[in-house]
Amino acid sequence: MPMDLLREWLARAAGFWRPDRSDSDLEAELRAHIALAEDAGRPTARRVEIAPALESLRDQRGLPVLDGIARDVRQGLRALRRSPTFALITIVTLALGIAAATTVFAVIDGVLLAPLPYPDAGRVVAVWNAAPGAPGLADVSGDLRLSDSMYFTYAEQNRVFDAFGVWGSETATITGHGEPEEVRVAVVSDGVLQALGVAPFAGRLLNAADQQPGTQQTAILSYGYWQRRFGGDPRAIGSLLTVDAAPRLVVGVMPPRFTLADAHPDLILPIRFDRSRAQLPGFGWQGIARLEPGVTIQQADADLARMLPLWMTSWPAPAGVDPHVYEAWRITPAIRPLKTDIVGSVDSALRVLMATAGIVLLIACANVATLVLVRRDERQHELSVRVALGAGRARIVRALAVEMLLLAATAAAIGAFASACCVRVLAAFAPSELPRAGEIALGVRELAFAAGAGVLAALAISVIPALRAMPSLTDVAAGATRTTTDSRIRQRGRNLLIVAQLAMALVLLGSSGLMFRTFRALHGVRPGFTDPAHQLTLRIAIPDVLVPDDRRVAVLEHDIVDRIKAVAGVESVGFATTIPMAGTLPDWDVIVPEGGRLSQSDMPPLRLFKMISPGYFHAVGTALIAGRDLSWGDLNAGSRVVLVSENLARELWGGAQAAIGRKIQTLPGAPWHVVVGVVEDVRENGAGKPSPAIVYWPAYEENPYRANRSYIARNITLVVRTPRSGTASLLGDVERAVWSVRADLAIAGVQSMEEIYVHSMAQTSFTMTTLFAASAMALLLALVGVYGVVSYSVSRRMRELGIRVALGGQPGALVLAFVRWGLLLAAFAIPAGLVVAAVLNRLISALLFGVTPLDPLTYGSVVLVLLITAAAASYLPARRILSLNPVDALNH
Amino acid sequence: MSNERAPKAGVLQGTLDLMVLQTLATMGPQHGYAVAARLEQVSAGSIRLNMGTLYPALMRLEQRGLVRGTWGTTDNNRRARYYALTRAGRRRLTEEKAEWDRMTAIMHALLNAGD
Repeated sequence: MPMDLLREWLARAAGFWRPDRSDSDLEAELRAHIALAEDAGRPTARRVEIAPALESLRDQRGLPVLDGIARDVRQGLRALRRSPTFALITIVTLALGIAAATTVFAVIDGVLLAPLPYPDAGRVVAVWNAAPGAPGLADVSGDLRLSDSMYFTYAEQNRVFDAFGVWGSETATITGHGEPEEVRVAVVSDGVLQALGVAPFAGRLLNAADQQPGTQQTAILSYGYWQRRFGGDPRAIGSLLTVDAAPRLVVGVMPPRFTLADAHPDLILPIRFDRSRAQLPGFGWQGIARLEPGVTIQQADADLARMLPLWMTSWPAPAGVDPHVYEAWRITPAIRPLKTDIVGSVDSALRVLMATAGIVLLIACANVATLVLVRRDERQHELSVRVALGAGRARIVRALAVEMLLLAATAAAIGAFASACCVRVLAAFAPSELPRAGEIALGVRELAFAAGAGVLAALAISVIPALRAMPSLTDVAAGATRTTTDSRIRQRGRNLLIVAQLAMALVLLGSSGLMFRTFRALHGVRPGFTDPAHQLTLRIAIPDVLVPDDRRVAVLEHDIVDRIKAVAGVESVGFATTIPMAGTLPDWDVIVPEGGRLSQSDMPPLRLFKMISPGYFHAVGTALIAGRDLSWGDLNAGSRVVLVSENLARELWGGAQAAIGRKIQTLPGAPWHVVVGVVEDVRENGAGKPSPAIVYWPAYEENPYRANRSYIARNITLVVRTPRSGTASLLGDVERAVWSVRADLAIAGVQSMEEIYVHSMAQTSFTMTTLFAASAMALLLALVGVYGVVSYSVSRRMRELGIRVALGGQPGALVLAFVRWGLLLAAFAIPAGLVVAAVLNRLISALLFGVTPLDPLTYGSVVLVLLITAAAASYLPARRILSLNPVDALNH
Repeated sequence: MSNERAPKAGVLQGTLDLMVLQTLATMGPQHGYAVAARLEQVSAGSIRLNMGTLYPALMRLEQRGLVRGTWGTTDNNRRARYYALTRAGRRRLTEEKAEWDRMTAIMHALLNAGD
């Protein structure tokens, strides 16, 4: 028996795909039956039985459930073909919503959710210190990095790490063939690559032996640099590469797409620690570790906390510094997952975007649901007839759901495709602040997300109309024609959807308005430099090995400035170790003003240190508030002079003028420096961040402690002020000027100050643009929604309106009634939207600057825009009443 | 949507297949109408199969490989689909008959045991 059943179902399955007997064949057999019965004079079977019998036969032939669905799909397609506009609008609307949501999900998945590209990445952590007792630290560098001595202590005494190391980002100059080239370098201690757990593509990783002084210097290439510089030649391993004028043995190549946390180095070089000189401070390294299996971050923190007192007593403080100073800093370990470290700053922006995309999808669904409701009302007649002909309720609901599913599936497919395009564009144009942008892609999870969004949308838009009572037989009896007055309940359902759309549009408009105000506020901030479009910036490094003599470096740099100044059109030239907003690692330390002390109880705050050349302030456009600028005479004479920022002058001496002639030193006993000038504050870390206190030291100065060594800026950024900025010819002239001084200097980081400035606001403008696009879409959808229902209602009530006009009603007043309706919808939406905006506040407030999350001006304008939109969207369709001819309407 | 419509009153659930098989065994290859007419005649009019019951049953038997249908011509020169028992159908009929006899004997014994 089971064999029989198996055979039957196999035959059925075959019959479903390829019926061996056609419908007409089945019908012929039934017709023959009737004919034979008539022949026999016993007409027991009647023709009306053919249809249901045929249905039963079809069910028996194939797989009835699937057959039913296939039939529903065919019917659905037919129904949709009859109303192509409805289908098109629905698909486009949903596709937009799904595309937006999927794209943002792809970004969030790639950046926030997906693990870092390291084996067992959950165990890879970033090792930092917090130092709540170090005043000013937060202003200049956030968390406290690790020092050489900390590396030794942590690496040798920890009980929680499989591997631990420190690293830093630098640049280096490659010479040997062609023009000198500046490359990105990661310098790493033993343990860093081991902690990441990435195997080399070829050759070997760096190890402890590589960091021993006195051995052959080594280097590892990135895959990209190996391809670019060596054409992927395997003989690169074992060859020598000239890095900063010193030969290094290439020992390995990293795999493609290798990243060290958020850095993409061309070269990886071992750090050469000088253990005998290691001191407590020198907090310049970032730490990376791999936790032992099962060890939590809390346990690791506790282990480091155990080692810190040990560290404090094992290493010397710099000459003249009371070692208790570091106790006052209250250094504590602050380990966090490496991923948190990398994605931290964009977290909130991405959450806002996800909420935004979700809202757009919701609005799209609400919009389509409105359309579906309107269409259902129009099809009431058809559905009534189907009910009257005996179609089951469930059957009709299923047919309608299949229709919506068809629409949603098409929309999801188009949306996924559009999203794939968006993701490509996005990955190419994402602000470089967006970490892991390279990992954003449309994968299986994204496609599943799009499909899920499609199914949800289909459910939403088919459930809402299904909540409405199905046509009953009384409807059928009463409803041979459409009912003339719109049912109140139906109207209420549509109104509710429109109010929801308007409210959500208000939320998005409000957010984008706030971002716009933030953007304006950022631009309104005086950044501490002027006319950035007319400033060309470029970096030069003169490494030790290239020019060992510090004094000679000073002369070279002076020469370079003079040669560039001679270039046609150049107004002024200067250089500094770091320029504002460029994101370069700041240098910071404490200063002691005359009369001040450096002690545990009275710990002076950390100040940002810069070394500058004469003319730098003029070139960059930082105004001199008091005193004078640095001069080449100061540098040549070795005068111990210094300039400070205005906020520092005010803090220490009460004002800019009062600062002139005062003295500061870096450590008790160090030479005194006379303040000769005060310059305006500079927004070093971006227009939205407070200006740090800055001390500007001369670019060259004799070192009082060590003969033949000086304080010298070897890595400088030149700023060239000229109207020719941005032209290729200028760059050529400047390059020639530099190389006429020394031909083996690499020029890097060529960009205008404007680019740096714009780049510093990239995250704000990226968020603002996205929100603008989303809110424009939301407003458009809401407009279409209002227009749709008003237009539908007007056309439904044409006859009634005609009668009113015929009876002397003023068409203008009737139009006004519709506009009032639109405004009333908006009036309901406004408080609802404001409440939602207030709830979502927390999401966006982290992104704002110079504006409160519930800015009255922003929301006032948004409310106005919404009211105007609602009025316009209801006026346009209602305008038809004005041209209404009462006679036509009555005849209608 | 049930895929097997309930047989008309008078046809015990599950017995229709047996009736059809037996009819074809007695009469040889026959078209659907002849099967229905024969059953009606034998039951003295108490079994009247409508088309929606008979033809799906024939199709089911065919799908199970118990009968085979081919188009042919009647004496009156009408085209009709003739169903013939296959070897498997014959075997199945024997089994089902034995099973039916056994079952009715049991039922008979059971129902009359109290007398």
